[in-house]
Amino acid sequence: MSCAVHAVGLVYSYPNGHRGLDGIDLHVSHGERVAVLGPNGAGKTTLMLHLNGLMTGSGALEVAGVDVGQRTLGELRRRVGLVFQDPDDQLFMPTVGEDVAFGPLNMGLDRAAAHERVAEALGAVRMQSVTERAPYQLSMGERRRVAIATVLAMRPQLLVLDEPSANLDPRARRELLEVLARIDRTMLVTTHDLPLAAELCERAVILARGRVVADGPCREILGDPELLWANDLELPSGFDLDRVELRPRPHTKHSEQREASRR
Amino acid sequence: MRGGGLCNHSLELTGLAGDPTSPVHRLDPRAKIIGLVAVTLVAVSTPLAAWPVFAGCALVQVAVAASARISPREIWRRVRFVLPLVLLAAIFLPFVRKGGPSYEIGPLTAYEDGLEVFGAVALKATIGTVSAVLLGATSTFPAVLRGLEAMRVPRLLVLIAAFMYRYLFVIVEEAGRMRAALAARAYRPRTALHAGALGRVATAMFLRTYARGERVYHAMLARGYTGAMPQLSPLTLRRADLLFVALVLLALVPLRVAAQVSA
Repeated sequence: MSCAVHAVGLVYSYPNGHRGLDGIDLHVSHGERVAVLGPNGAGKTTLMLHLNGLMTGSGALEVAGVDVGQRTLGELRRRVGLVFQDPDDQLFMPTVGEDVAFGPLNMGLDRAAAHERVAEALGAVRMQSVTERAPYQLSMGERRRVAIATVLAMRPQLLVLDEPSANLDPRARRELLEVLARIDRTMLVTTHDLPLAAELCERAVILARGRVVADGPCREILGDPELLWANDLELPSGFDLDRVELRPRPHTKHSEQREASRR
Repeated sequence: MRGGGLCNHSLELTGLAGDPTSPVHRLDPRAKIIGLVAVTLVAVSTPLAAWPVFAGCALVQVAVAASARISPREIWRRVRFVLPLVLLAAIFLPFVRKGGPSYEIGPLTAYEDGLEVFGAVALKATIGTVSAVLLGATSTFPAVLRGLEAMRVPRLLVLIAAFMYRYLFVIVEEAGRMRAALAARAYRPRTALHAGALGRVATAMFLRTYARGERVYHAMLARGYTGAMPQLSPLTLRRADLLFVALVLLALVPLRVAAQVSA
């Protein structure tokens, strides 16, 4: 079976010579939820941009069953949904509805189908009521959820989120977490929000200086204070990992397929 | 959400006014653009002597404003902002253009011919500005853009206007934050020498805007952008739209032609 992400020896150097990625080896299966952790400058965002072909380094990279290359970009972007850190970058159309329809229309869907996708995607993030609003009229949390909808509307196989809980107040963060937990997709989430990773992801990867330095069950990684400390990460003081439960997966078609493929 | 920025008060002067369900508000944006541009063109092409034509233009505008339930106060609030800038360009005419009787005003000499030209320019500018204000008060900015696009205005221009509208708010918020940051460190320019900080703020704003442009472009590519902006809801001309244009033209064109013949 093909896998969601398969990177071997992925290297990317910035024009100024700085190595953003220094030999990344990462393997993610369909249906997994993986937290990508690491301090600022570790290469998290650079890796995200590679997954959608927005940056191309050397080494082997296969994402959502597509070999990343110039000729496969269209198919790749159809299968991989990238949610950027700043929703103001992601929401560029005059109204929310048009923004959510941007991806589906680019995929060649007709308008009726695009309208359906808009309703479906905004429903999935509980933002149906803002279709006609302008993005600047929304709160940060609402913008973030709409940004996720713009990608969900393309029905991607793999959802890649860059710092989804950054700049959110506790309530907006909680709502976001609830929305994300209900989405049945393979997910890669870069974040500094370790409690969010503990609730959402069963697996965690730590990046440092462009390399994968740890990869394993989220609980084990987050439960290893020395490993976290060595990589400039730390859980909030007083945070008890044992009292946090991993959110259950939604029961839908995808999860049944996933179960079937495991057996 | 508004960051107490530099020109928030003028941003509040955009957007719909009056009764959003009025027949004028519900017209196709193309009908409103054609109708109101026609009013402006008729006014601009008319010599001052043919004053009944100006009266006709004003009457049409009053009728449009009344059926859209836009109060004179609201129109004045918006016109007040644009008109002085337009008139500034013409204010020198009475002193520069010589001919006819002259009047001494302090050290300056105004000439009647110049005053006449100034009067004509002022009248035309007022009618043109009110037309624009009526269009802006009865149609959302995205609707006007859609109308322009459907009327075959070059897509690139429409696109630039669309992005300007979308990011104006973001940039104004950013400018507001930077101004607050300057004020928080007791920046109060007293002499021209102190203005250097403002220059650096402008540079920082430019660089930030540039970087944002790149990120937005990435976000567009990530959702399959290949150079054409897709459209979600195409416009449809109804009978009311044609009726509106016909009424405006029927009211003004005969007047304008009569003025030509009698001149």
